[in-house]
Amino acid sequence: MSEEPGDFAVATHGLTKRFHRQVAVNAVDLRVPRGAVYGFLGPNGSGKTTTIRMLLGLIRPTAGRHRLLGMAMPDHAGDVLPLVGSLVEGPAFHPYLSARANLVRLDCVDRHADPRTTTVRVDGALDRVGLLAAADKKYRAYSLGMRQRLAIAGTLLAPRELLVLDEPTNGLDPQGTREVRHLIGSLADDGATVLVSSHLLSEVEQVCTHIGVMHVGRLLTQGPIAQVRAVGELRVRVETGQPEDAARVLRELGLTDVAVESGVAMGTLGKLAAEKVVVAMVHDGVPVTGFALQRPSLEDLFVSLTGEGFNVSG
Amino acid sequence: MSAADLTPDLAAKVAVAPVTRPRRHVSTRFLRSELRLIFGRRRNQAGLGILAAVPLIIAIAVKVSTSGSGRGPDFFASITSNGLFVALAALTLEMGLFLPLAVGTIAGDSIAGEANIGTLRYLLTVPVHRSRLIAVKFAAITIFSLVATAWVSLVGAVAGLALFGGGDMTTLSGTQIAMGSAVLRVVIATFYLGLCFASLGAIGLFISTLTEQPIGATIAVVVLNVMSFILDSIPQVSWLHEWLPTHWWVSFGDVLRDPIAWGDLARGLLTAAGYALVFWLAAWARFSDKDVTG
Repeated sequence: MSEEPGDFAVATHGLTKRFHRQVAVNAVDLRVPRGAVYGFLGPNGSGKTTTIRMLLGLIRPTAGRHRLLGMAMPDHAGDVLPLVGSLVEGPAFHPYLSARANLVRLDCVDRHADPRTTTVRVDGALDRVGLLAAADKKYRAYSLGMRQRLAIAGTLLAPRELLVLDEPTNGLDPQGTREVRHLIGSLADDGATVLVSSHLLSEVEQVCTHIGVMHVGRLLTQGPIAQVRAVGELRVRVETGQPEDAARVLRELGLTDVAVESGVAMGTLGKLAAEKVVVAMVHDGVPVTGFALQRPSLEDLFVSLTGEGFNVSG
Repeated sequence: MSAADLTPDLAAKVAVAPVTRPRRHVSTRFLRSELRLIFGRRRNQAGLGILAAVPLIIAIAVKVSTSGSGRGPDFFASITSNGLFVALAALTLEMGLFLPLAVGTIAGDSIAGEANIGTLRYLLTVPVHRSRLIAVKFAAITIFSLVATAWVSLVGAVAGLALFGGGDMTTLSGTQIAMGSAVLRVVIATFYLGLCFASLGAIGLFISTLTEQPIGATIAVVVLNVMSFILDSIPQVSWLHEWLPTHWWVSFGDVLRDPIAWGDLARGLLTAAGYALVFWLAAWARFSDKDVTG
């Protein structure tokens, strides 16, 4: 690669972690461009969290190296980590302290934090995740969703250039999930790079500019989302009263994987121009009531990359 | 894939992203936060309450018992003559288990407790440098150790002076010293024992880096403490005695000689410093490249 290391908020080279005999992460080369919202996807157990732990210097790679915001880790951890907000493997706070006291505690240990602005920043972070009203409740009384929000608030105590969010929507209801997605969007709008891991594909698809897919410790593919999805082929979907006839026409046009469901004929387009399909249908007298082109979903893509369903643990 | 792939407005934002070199503040905020965690926790407050109960029980028991003297530690016999001896008697009684247990609890919690509830990973990503974490945790253990010991002395002194009064004190050498001098000597004895317990805390800090179970670390500290006392009472291993972490603790009574017998106290402080240094370094070495997976 010819790019300057500074072009990437996260760049890893051959990052590998072996636990005893098991290889949890295998020669991963992550490239997260600055300003991207990078969806780090993979089923539970595929090595996402282990990778993130290595990125943040919590565990030592067996092999490989990496840079955050252009600075080599772990040598420059003291310089770069203050610019990185992180949520790793779920929230963790002192149960007998209030939410506010827990955030103040995090701020107290931060040598870069200005104690004169602690109150303002803590309340600002709580407000941003919608917890200000419950700020004085003990953490142990918090629901899982509130705990998750508090962990996100913890990442917002200081201005960040990079946010590393490991499964930030775990335990959130659909409304909470939507809010977190919105939050990620607004953080990206502020200029931050966001690396967000998830085992829920649909959740991430809507908010990401880039994705990387992990499976059994390996990074199968990564890149801008459109580019990654373009790997999969377009399928046409013809709604009609005569699906068998429509399927015949599709086969004659040279489409592959032709299938028929009730009132629908489908096929993979290949190199054929899509508009020719409708012309051929009309020409053969097949009544078309609906026509659509389908990009493969990320789930389809994952299946085609791994030959397995997404929910299978590696 | 490069910055050129990004949309133009995104690229512009990247270009103006501030290149900040965060300023570092030298402050005691972390240590103060540690102390708030320790002293604000109900369990620890209850523990301090139990530590305070011992001198109270001693003072009341001696007051209500008809025979003013009898069997027991040296200091008991002297309590009725000067209430300050309640503090020293309480320290003698709590030296074997209660105070080491209290320090062991805090030390066991220091790293393992944070690892157990997962807050350790968030401390490290703030970031807190691992060496700084170990240093601050040990400072907090030492302060707790001194405060807990002083607390026992204070409660004992107040209860003793209230029930038996003060005045001149008869030293173990049989001489009389003024009340002010007596108070000073109790303070020295307290400080000495506090530092001794802190060295046990360093052992606890090290054990705490080995596990994610704070209770396990605490139990290990108490077991080591009791083992040390047991070995110290077996004459066949007398060659070992002077190297045991608890051997010189009883020397705190030497402050009550006239003049103060500094020899064993100095030896005790040296032993405590040795144990503290070795185990603090061991904790640092162990923790500085440990994988934090909890």
